[in-house]
Amino acid sequence: MKFGIITFPGSNCDWDCYHVVTNVLKQKAQFIWHKEAKLPKVDVVVIPGGFSYGDYLRTGAVARFSPVMQEVIRFAGSGGKVIGICNGFQVLTESGLLPGVLMRNTGLKFVCENTPLQVVNNHSQFSKKFDLKQNVMILIAHGEGNYFADNETLKRLEGEGQVVFRYLKNPNGSLNDIAGIINDRGNILGMMPHPERCMESILSNEAREDGKKVFESLL
Amino acid sequence: MNPEIIKQHGLTEKEYQNILDIMGREPTMVELGVFSVMWSEHCSYKSSKIYLKGLPTKGKQVVCGPGENAGVVDIGDGLVVVFKMESHNHPSMIEPFQGAATGVGGILRDVFTMGARPIALLNSLRFGAANHPKTNHLINGVVAGIAGYGNCMGIPTVGGEVYFEDCYNGNILVNAMCVGVARKEKIFYAKAGGIGNPVIYVGSKTGRDGIHGATMASDVFEEGSEEKRPTVQVGDPFTEKLVLEACLELMNGKDVVGIQDMGAAGLTCSSLELAGKGHVGIEMDLSKVPLRETAMTPYEIMLSESQERMFFVAKKGTEKKILKLFEKWDLDAAVVGKVIKGQNVFVYHEGQLVGTLPTMPITECAPMYKRPVKKPDYLEKLNDVNVGAQFIAPENKAGRDESRPYGNILKKLLSSPNIASKKWVYRQYDHMVGTNTAVIPGSDAAVMRLKEPHTGGRKTKKGLALTSDCNSRYCYLDPKRGAMIAVAEAARNIVCSGGKPLATTDCLNFGSPENPGVMWQFREALKGMGEACKALNTPIVSGNVSFYNESPDGAIYPTPTIGMVGVLDDVSKHVTQWFKNVGDVVVLLGDDLKKVKDELGGSEYLKVIHQKVAGMPPKIDLKKEKVLQNTCLEAIKKGLIQSAHDCSEGGLAVALAESCFTGPKSLGVAVDVGVGPRAYPDKGDHGGSPLQAISLLFSETQSRILVSVKEKDVEKLLRLAKQKKCPSVILGQVIENDFVFSDLISVPVEQLKDCWENGLERAIS
Repeated sequence: MKFGIITFPGSNCDWDCYHVVTNVLKQKAQFIWHKEAKLPKVDVVVIPGGFSYGDYLRTGAVARFSPVMQEVIRFAGSGGKVIGICNGFQVLTESGLLPGVLMRNTGLKFVCENTPLQVVNNHSQFSKKFDLKQNVMILIAHGEGNYFADNETLKRLEGEGQVVFRYLKNPNGSLNDIAGIINDRGNILGMMPHPERCMESILSNEAREDGKKVFESLL
Repeated sequence: MNPEIIKQHGLTEKEYQNILDIMGREPTMVELGVFSVMWSEHCSYKSSKIYLKGLPTKGKQVVCGPGENAGVVDIGDGLVVVFKMESHNHPSMIEPFQGAATGVGGILRDVFTMGARPIALLNSLRFGAANHPKTNHLINGVVAGIAGYGNCMGIPTVGGEVYFEDCYNGNILVNAMCVGVARKEKIFYAKAGGIGNPVIYVGSKTGRDGIHGATMASDVFEEGSEEKRPTVQVGDPFTEKLVLEACLELMNGKDVVGIQDMGAAGLTCSSLELAGKGHVGIEMDLSKVPLRETAMTPYEIMLSESQERMFFVAKKGTEKKILKLFEKWDLDAAVVGKVIKGQNVFVYHEGQLVGTLPTMPITECAPMYKRPVKKPDYLEKLNDVNVGAQFIAPENKAGRDESRPYGNILKKLLSSPNIASKKWVYRQYDHMVGTNTAVIPGSDAAVMRLKEPHTGGRKTKKGLALTSDCNSRYCYLDPKRGAMIAVAEAARNIVCSGGKPLATTDCLNFGSPENPGVMWQFREALKGMGEACKALNTPIVSGNVSFYNESPDGAIYPTPTIGMVGVLDDVSKHVTQWFKNVGDVVVLLGDDLKKVKDELGGSEYLKVIHQKVAGMPPKIDLKKEKVLQNTCLEAIKKGLIQSAHDCSEGGLAVALAESCFTGPKSLGVAVDVGVGPRAYPDKGDHGGSPLQAISLLFSETQSRILVSVKEKDVEKLLRLAKQKKCPSVILGQVIENDFVFSDLISVPVEQLKDCWENGLERAIS
């Protein structure tokens, strides 16, 4: 399987995603520069974490206008699989590929820590390797991960089973403890926690690899 | 030249006379400005140079010592580590967010200027008393500033220290350290060369920010210092990220001859350094410099400290290719001059020659002072205090009291913001980006693995252990001994993580060098630092001096912050400080506790419980330290060690408690080292006195490491220690839930953990 990893000038998890795809999952990966107006042939597009264009205005607000995002929107429209992690999730909501918006954390501070999540939908392409209601530990690192959507949208998300991950200890004020959602068609995942950082037991004290299953579900 | 203008430039009459001699005429305003910043304390090290010369800077591992942008150390497998620590104290006091942010930006540039990819940041932060009215604002701003810059750059902030002490009320310290990795043959220096080669500017446009920042950093804080806010620069981490990636991409090729970032004193310093080190001249046209504001004068352009700018010499003929590379990254870049024969930097502006700067006299003939030195009066008074007799002995009269609340003392110490968890701080830092952080903040040292692309494609099993350390209270009471301890403790932290200490960077924060007492502290601290670095074979490869850390309340404690890098042969074999399994045996290395030392001078116990900073800091014997570190490292290499933790602030009791609850899962400990008559039968009445108990629990006796081992390995460890002549003693065992220390303390670990986890936030809010 081939993963295309979008690199905005301020992306900083692009190499981390490349590393886990190639060295942990042993799959193929290719970087896609933000100025590209045509996507190469890939099976999954990953929009990694970082600060796309600095994000001084509103996270992801500039990225949606980049040449490459027009292509990603087209790719997703034709059913292509897209994962947006952290800043990638923010870009996806700004681009209209996922509903809702990610606001400033209620604590007004950047938060980086291992966070317990619950898998609340294990039927999606991105979560089928998890057990339903499985508790997992995945690291978050963001200042603007506070998920917000209007009531109607929330109802629809919940009703259609589009919420995939929920925080067990809400770190940012997200409505309904939402940590990750899919679109109605089920081919786009956006999540604030970083699965790519939790796939190797040598990292971050805790020797867990809970993030692996997000990627493995796709294989 | 008007004497008032000369004074405004921070130059003495004698220094001005010197300028007249060098130039053979009156300097232009541009030239005067250049002399002013280049001869400021911050840039010229005029008061410190004579002492810095005596520091140990050499060793087999050293590729490049002090004098370049950062130090370079060989770690094998074709890789080098490039690192440095630098202060941003004055700007952070005036404008905490931007001051700290640009401190991070500056130290990052120092490392990638040398061709290394930054892989980790550390910070040593010192604030005033936790309850001082300014502290909350300052710590919030500084931490957010560091986070804002490092997180956006995608460089993890993995370690450091945070201390609170009254002496920093009016002058906080923000010391930032950056560690990078490069291929050994791909190191770049700030050296121009090749007559006719183009000189290229890249990065943010030049604005009016930060003019005379270096001169500000060479002054003490007075009433109205807030008015200097415009001299603090504003950081733009996104642009720095672009500059970083573009420069590393450029340096991966063969087109760069020499490169220098624009930090303090901006274009002035970088052009003079490049030319000076290359023994060539540079001719540059300021009209070609990308500007942010209109009508900037040559004086302003030369002295601006706008951030995120680089200056380099490239091979002739590569200009187009290079400018195209920068275009890919949407960066402003321009050829602004060329390398010429001779030893002058000629500065042109709109066709006019506005300054002729002779490189050698400005850089090499900068003033050097041997300032008067005098041992300060406060020392005798404080050192003479017999801490045990004066503060604790009165309690002896009551005899041994079974109900003495030692557990409460322990709780108070764990709640002290100096000891309590720093999670409130480091959870604001992205400490995992880059996915190399094997041990996150909160253990003795951070441990980083080294994977591609951070190694430039080279494969290695090695890892790095990183730490920063300084107990400035010790340095206040005895600068020499305090500095020695700072070095020894940094090395000990690295050893506890399984690393071999390799080399040191320092950030020397002191008061005004014009005060003989401060200069005495400086001289003594450097003596101690030098001796310890020599004894532990951790040469000093880079560093920074920050003087004038004073407010109307007086000078800060002498604070020679030590940053240290160690190497692990196999990063998967790293060790952490917390207990792992119930039943493991807890052993103290470095001390057999046969004679408990009353070493409570300068301790956290004395400060928290008795509100005193007095006595002598604990003794340190560098030979014993070396034996201890060798023993521990060998035991780790043999796979005997489950956990290792340095005994530092708060003594043995605090170290034990921290080993219980700093890991993913809390455990307990049962220590049984008899105290009182049982353990010290020959001491008569004295045995088991409060002084004895408090010394055992809270003395900050040096050269001790607390380890836990599997039961089957105890004998092996004790044998190894004996063979190495390292004292050791079995303290007890890892248990569930409770913290039990002989018959002195018995409390649930959860209670201790609560104090420790919430202490910092409770103290500052």
